[in-house]
Amino acid sequence: MSLNKITKVQGTAVYVSGDDIDTDRIIPARFMKCVTFDGLGQYAFYDVRFDENGNSKDHPMDKAEHKEATILISGKNFGCGSSREHAPQSLYHWGIRAIIAESYAEIFFGNCTMLGIPCITLSKEQIEKIAVLIQKNPSLNLEIDLMTNKLFLDTESIEFQIPESSKLSLMEGRWDSLGELLDGKDAIKLTAKKLESAY
Amino acid sequence: MDMDKVDISVNISKDKKLNKNLFNKVWDSHAVKTLSSGQTQLFIDLHLIHEVTSPQAFGMLRSSSLDVMYPNKTFATVDHIIPTDTRQRPFQDSLAEDMIVAIKKNCEEFGIKFFGVETGDQGIVHVVGPEKGLTQPGMTIVCGDSHTSTHGAFGSIAFGIGTSQVRDVLATQTLAINRLKVRRINVNGDLKPGVYAKDVILHIIKKLGVKGGIGYAYEYGGSTIENMNMEERMTLCNMSIEGGARVGYVNPDQKTFDYLKDREYSPKGEKWQKAVEYWKSLASDSDAEYDDIVNIEAVEIAPTVTWGINPGQAMSIEDLIPSENEVKEEDKLTLKEALEYMDLKEHQPIAGTKIDVAFIGSCTNGRLSDLEEVAKYVKGQKVSSKVKALVVPGSMRVKLEAENKGLDKVFEEAGFEWREAGCSMCLAMNPDKLQGRQLCASSSNRNFKGRQGSPSGRTVLMSPVMVAAAAITGEITDARKLFNE
Repeated sequence: MSLNKITKVQGTAVYVSGDDIDTDRIIPARFMKCVTFDGLGQYAFYDVRFDENGNSKDHPMDKAEHKEATILISGKNFGCGSSREHAPQSLYHWGIRAIIAESYAEIFFGNCTMLGIPCITLSKEQIEKIAVLIQKNPSLNLEIDLMTNKLFLDTESIEFQIPESSKLSLMEGRWDSLGELLDGKDAIKLTAKKLESAY
Repeated sequence: MDMDKVDISVNISKDKKLNKNLFNKVWDSHAVKTLSSGQTQLFIDLHLIHEVTSPQAFGMLRSSSLDVMYPNKTFATVDHIIPTDTRQRPFQDSLAEDMIVAIKKNCEEFGIKFFGVETGDQGIVHVVGPEKGLTQPGMTIVCGDSHTSTHGAFGSIAFGIGTSQVRDVLATQTLAINRLKVRRINVNGDLKPGVYAKDVILHIIKKLGVKGGIGYAYEYGGSTIENMNMEERMTLCNMSIEGGARVGYVNPDQKTFDYLKDREYSPKGEKWQKAVEYWKSLASDSDAEYDDIVNIEAVEIAPTVTWGINPGQAMSIEDLIPSENEVKEEDKLTLKEALEYMDLKEHQPIAGTKIDVAFIGSCTNGRLSDLEEVAKYVKGQKVSSKVKALVVPGSMRVKLEAENKGLDKVFEEAGFEWREAGCSMCLAMNPDKLQGRQLCASSSNRNFKGRQGSPSGRTVLMSPVMVAAAAITGEITDARKLFNE
């Protein structure tokens, strides 16, 4: 299985403000009645974007200037709650290729890495500053460079944090773990045997 | 890996001198190798699947022409989408019907045991695992569901995974994961009357915050936890993830072994005693080291309810809803958002808030002992005419056992609807949903915006007995006052 080496993500960004944004908000459970992830993009953040009659609530994701955004920016503990991969899948299918937040819930973070979506961390102040810049200039181009741990925007660069294991997996094209896990089949069988004979 | 290394790791797990906690013992014995990212390739003993997060994983296996490596280590059931009023097939909701058809077909094709409705063993995956004796101490257990932490009640390392990881476990019986730190949470003393395991975990989450557990496994101990029965420990471990901790567990003890003895999948005969000895050796050593320790006195804990839109926004039923200047700076934003959404006001009591729906059930509080405890109090009482009240057993077995004890009659006579087993209104993927702005007193685990099926619906989390009290009075009520009079 050969995967892209993800070293950079660039594009415009959309700011979805708030802390503790949970996966039910990212993808309401009723849209999980599906046997494939295709088509989930239209339901990302559905109940925040549309009223009960399906009319747009003018959410940032639906503003013309953000429709092509590839980077999502939010607050702390982003993606808390359910383990549903439908959440990052819906963001991915909407067009998101990287996320910037103050912090992430653990299962969500792992699910994103598995899909090749880098989740980088900045401080509250840095995020608020970027949000202002985007508001002033929605077509501002951001570039996340995993090689240098730097986010480039305008004329400046900001250093970000990302756990080493996630960064390495992305940069070396091993973000989808299956290939490497399959390589260890003999070792898996040994471990299974050992555990089965524990008592 | 050579055999020498394998033998050593078995010995380590039995070595009492290493001051190890259960988490690290189990982790070390299940580590297949270290991956190039630095993550562990971790062997999984038990894989549970349900209809919502598995179909895409089987699709991925097919498109990569992969097989299931150990089909006898994966077990399936159907819980999220299943209607609880009628089981008649095909389901009215064709999408739900497609999902149940898909999981049955996938299980048949790949040789996986499926606990469907026709087997009498269907139920919420986290209720079924323990009652079948599949969940055992020292196991690594995963499921595409964040409440997998429930199984930690047995001294297993159990956690939720995404669908791509479900695929990984199907194909390799392993997954790539970083080791967690371990926080020991001691709860000591006797719980006051009317205070339950649900209150203990809501109190812990309120105290440590919804993201306090990120990067940690929670080991629960102390006399309060030791005194809990297995079902109470499951309630406790179930909501670890709501505090950010992917794993929560209790060390195995005699209660654990007594619960498991003679269950369908428990070790039998000579193997039983050997298993018990092995399980005992896995419990954290008395001088085990932890990355963090938190101490809580049971006497501090009151019946606890949520007032907001995440499970950390909780309060004692006796207190007033907090105001902006009573919460940490970083929580102010969410407080404002929560009060607006819930239509509640700061500095007001939550007791007296009108409810529309009462829900007793879920993987948190849908077990026999939950229903027995509630039945004691609702006998001879009547649900308010303004409230729709549901009791949804966690599994078909729970339902059957409850009916054998006549609990269904007690609930029905009091005006509760007695339903079939499933997740139901915890996340409302089936027809059980809130309407509009309805407010639900709920024994489930999440009070997120829109969680119970209406995008503007509201949830107040509490213990099942507190839900019953709210159902009877039609408003959030201190159950101790209602039932002790």
